[in-house]
Order: sequence, then C-alpha cells, then structure tokens
Amino acid sequence: MAESTRGLAPTSFGGFVRAAGELVVQPRMGFSSPERMRRGLDATRAADATTVGTLTIDSYTRVGDLPAARRALDEGVDLNGYPLVTHGPQRTREMLDGVLGPEFPVQVRHGSAAPQDIVRALTEAGLHATEGGPVSYCLPYGRTPLEESVRNWAESCRILTDGVGDGAEPHLESFGGCMLGQLCPPGLLVALSLLEGMFFAQHGVRSVSLSYAQQIDPEQDAEAVRALRALADELLPGVDRHIVIYTYMGVHPATRSGARALQEAAVRLAVRTGAERLIVKTTAEARRIPTIAQNVAALEDCAATARRTEPGAAPRDARGSAVYAEARALIDAVLDLGPDLGDALLTAFRRGWLDVPYCLHPDNASRSASFIDERGRLAWSSIGSMPLGHVVTARPAAALTSGGLLEALHHTAARLDLGELTRAPSGEPYPIRDGAM
Amino acid sequence: MTGLGSPGVVPRDDAPRGDVPRGDVPRGETGRLDVVVTGTSSDAHTWNLIYLELLLTEWGNRVTNLGPCVPDALLLDHCTARVPDLIVVSSVNGHGANDGLRLIGAIRETAELAATPVVIGGKLGTLGDGSAAWGPRLRDAGYDAVFDDSVGVLQFHGFLEKLRAEARC
Repeated sequence: MAESTRGLAPTSFGGFVRAAGELVVQPRMGFSSPERMRRGLDATRAADATTVGTLTIDSYTRVGDLPAARRALDEGVDLNGYPLVTHGPQRTREMLDGVLGPEFPVQVRHGSAAPQDIVRALTEAGLHATEGGPVSYCLPYGRTPLEESVRNWAESCRILTDGVGDGAEPHLESFGGCMLGQLCPPGLLVALSLLEGMFFAQHGVRSVSLSYAQQIDPEQDAEAVRALRALADELLPGVDRHIVIYTYMGVHPATRSGARALQEAAVRLAVRTGAERLIVKTTAEARRIPTIAQNVAALEDCAATARRTEPGAAPRDARGSAVYAEARALIDAVLDLGPDLGDALLTAFRRGWLDVPYCLHPDNASRSASFIDERGRLAWSSIGSMPLGHVVTARPAAALTSGGLLEALHHTAARLDLGELTRAPSGEPYPIRDGAM
Repeated sequence: MTGLGSPGVVPRDDAPRGDVPRGDVPRGETGRLDVVVTGTSSDAHTWNLIYLELLLTEWGNRVTNLGPCVPDALLLDHCTARVPDLIVVSSVNGHGANDGLRLIGAIRETAELAATPVVIGGKLGTLGDGSAAWGPRLRDAGYDAVFDDSVGVLQFHGFLEKLRAEARC
C-alpha cells in the first residue's frame, strides 16, 4: 500500500523492523550519563543480532518531576534511566551522533501519562519513535486522571507528527498489551493494544506497533498474538504496523536457568506467531537493573534462539479462538460508543466496559478479577460490567489472600526456578551464558 | 483449579480507597492499627502495594492504600487529615532510597507526623544492595525501620507486633 510504505527505507522505525528479515531484538536500557548511554547503544548496535536501540527514560522525567532529575544529576545519584529532557536535545544529539542511523533506529521508552515534554525533546534530538498510550501509560502507573491522559496523548501525537523532520516516519507503539505486567487475561490486553493503535492512527500517526506481553501459558499467548494480528488487519488498514512481544513482565525467576527458559519461551512465541520485534530481558532482571554486557548477552542469545526456531505452521483461523472472541467483543463495544476513540475510551472505563483487574487507579472500575485456572491459563473470576457475558463464563473464586496473590504472582517464576521447564526438548539442560558484570 | 494461584476478587467496595470508616472499637483495646500504604512519587509499581494491603489486613489492621506514584504533598495531606498509626512506604523501582530520603524529611518536618512510625521497604537502590547501602542513612533520616526486599516479612511482622503491643499499653 503506497501510503504505508512512503519514506520507509531510510528513517522509519516501523519500516526497519518490517524489512529486517528476522526477529528484531531490543533491550530495555537506560542510564543517567550520556557517556554510558552511548556505550550501551554502541554495544546494542554491535551485537550479533538484528537490533534496535532503546532510550529508557528515568522515573523522575516520566512523572514530570524535572527538578528531581536535575538534582539527581547534580548530586551524582544514579537514575534508573536516561533523563532525556534534562540532558536536552543538543547533548542527546551528540550522544546519538554516529550510532543512530537508518540501520539502527532508536526508540524512546518512558511510561508517562503527560509525555508532551518527552515527545518534544525526542523530536528535537532527531528521534522519531516512542511508545505508550492514553490508557496503558495512565491506569497502571499512578494518579493522572484518564481524561487528562487522553488529552495529553492526543497532543503528543500532534507534537510527534509535527516535530519529526521530512523523510522520517513518526512511530508509536502501544503499551496496551502489558497492563500491570501480569494476571490480566489476554483478551483485554489485545483489545487495549488495538484500541490504542487505532487512537494513534486517529491522531495522524501512520506507523504503529502493537504490543503483547508474554503471560503464563504458551498456547494462550500464541492465540493472543494471532488474534492481535487478525484484528490489526481488520481495523488498521493502510497503517504501517507490526507486533512486538515483551518478554514476561511479571515476577522474574531468580535462577539463571529459570530466567533463560522464560526468555526462550518468549522468543519461540515471537517466531512461531510471526511477531516482528521482541523486547528482551536479562538473567539479572530479578535482582537489579542490568549492565550493558548483560543486555548484549541477552540480545545475542535471543537472536541465536530465534535463528534456530522454526516459524509456526500457518495458523488455524485466528478468529476462532477464545482470546479473539473476548478482544473483539470489547473492541466492538468501545467502537460503538462513538467516532472519537478518546471519548469512547473514557466512556468505556466510566461504565466499567473496560476494567483492568487489580488496577488501583481511581478511574478504573475495579470490579473485574482474574485467576489461574486448572490448565494454567489466565481466566476471569469476575467480569464486572465488561460486555463479555456472551463469550466468557466467569468462575467466582475464593477471596484473595496475600498468600494466594503471592502464589499467583510467582506462578511462572516458581515453576521455572524449580526447573520444571528448564530442560530443552532434547532433555539437555539449556546452556547458561552469564553476561560479565 | 490448581493449588497454586487462584486469586479471587480483591475485597474492595466501590467507595474511593482510603475512605474506610473507623470502627467503634478504640484501637487501644484491640491493637488494631490504622496503616497507610503508599508508593513513592516516582514509582509506578502496584503489586507490592496490593500485597502489603492484603497482608496488613490479614494481620488485623485497617489499611488505606494510596496506590503508586503518590506525590509527597498528597501523602502529607492525607496523613495530617487523619494521622495514622503507621505509614508504610514501599518502592521497587530503584529510586526508593532517594525518594525515601526526601519524603521522610518532609514527613518529620510536619508537626502532626513528627512522631508517627514510618517504615520503608522494597528494592531501594539500582544495584540490588539496597539495605546495606542505604539502611543506615534512611534510619538516620527518620525511618523507624528499613526492610530490604531480601529479608522477607518476618522482621516486618515483628515490628508490627511490637507497635500493636505498645498501642495496647
């Protein structure tokens, strides 16, 4: 389609990913100092893998507390990401000079419900790709009213599309496939990812990616990714798009073999479902923010796994799955609320038609709840007011206890740390490769 | 259903969180504490806060969960409007020690909260060694206790028991 391929070759995040010819792997990486950030990007680029770079922004910048970011830099306190706004466009351009390019696009990952400053700063620094969304960067992340977040994100789409120079294609990824990281049934994740992608397109962004975070059951995850693609084909015609998988975002295994097995499952999910990009984690994730070397080791391991994984056979009709039915029901209900997706999302959350389990945000109805069923899949114990009654039979469960919550949160980590899934199909243990500190 | 992990509905009514009315029983007779659980201003993590809410409730306390990304001013407003028996600060994003130092300064400068027990816990630094690196500084700055992620809940439970015993006296 002409409009979706315009200008994609030299400076398009989406174009690069779709043209890569193999799974593109990407770290989660952000450091306070420009020198260390540069070393991280150089190392990512040089890794034996098809990579894109990441600037993960620090939490102070994310919540708009720029004085705290300034103070931390002045006092030499280590931040948990790169303070893009505080370093400013000039310093960031210098940091990126010679590493950013058509063969190595860099995405800004932040987590802000008021990202205008961040988006302005990234366009001024010569970047054109970022991620988030009015729901996914608001509800799980704090107290900004959803209505403000929708306004902020509409404005940020404009800042992005206006600010990116000629010849580059603004790109936005929805974080909607990750709500709270774990214990959210996939139908809702797929619906939110799609709805945010449509919101971006409605606000003029012509290149998007749709996310899905690995959950607890490989088959259910594969159904979800296939549903996401089928829905994107139906609902985002003419928009450049690809699918990005996040390696498990919940409680991570503490053992290296467990973390490694979880990572390999994410790679297999991506390759078998034809997802184009994967956000990688490291074996250090359970304990600390990983080093550059740990990130590179993880990227190269993932690329190697991807290269020896066979793509899945042509799937059964993706529209036959339970995940598709749930996602479709939620999306249709929201789209029926009116032509403006921002307004429709607000109404949907107000009515509890969209309701994220365990989310503490005041604008979330908090009448839904999930559990892990006897097959090890995520399921609904309560659908609240979500219009899912015709596709889901919720199974009320006993009241949640702290112990029950811990068990559910550690479901995956506990199994992998016990070694249940840490053996390769051949019966050999997976080789462990530790990134040097 | 498997033995592992079958969470049901989080017990929660539709009232805004934090508006739980005080019961009729004076706290001195039961040892029940009014506890405020809060994330730090820059920390978006939620599961740690939900877990603490459940745990403290099961231990017989009344819990107000302010959620993630709580600005210092909101916490101070909330806690001066109704002074709790204990404030529990939880952070896992690596900024906990830095945010926590600023926060305890503001709490201790507030007359109503100068003597209120305040504890902090979680993953407090970016290097996975939060307690060793930051514990003494955080205690010197005014926290009554620091609970590193690696310690488990027993020490925290002990601290609560001591506080409840004092409340009964």
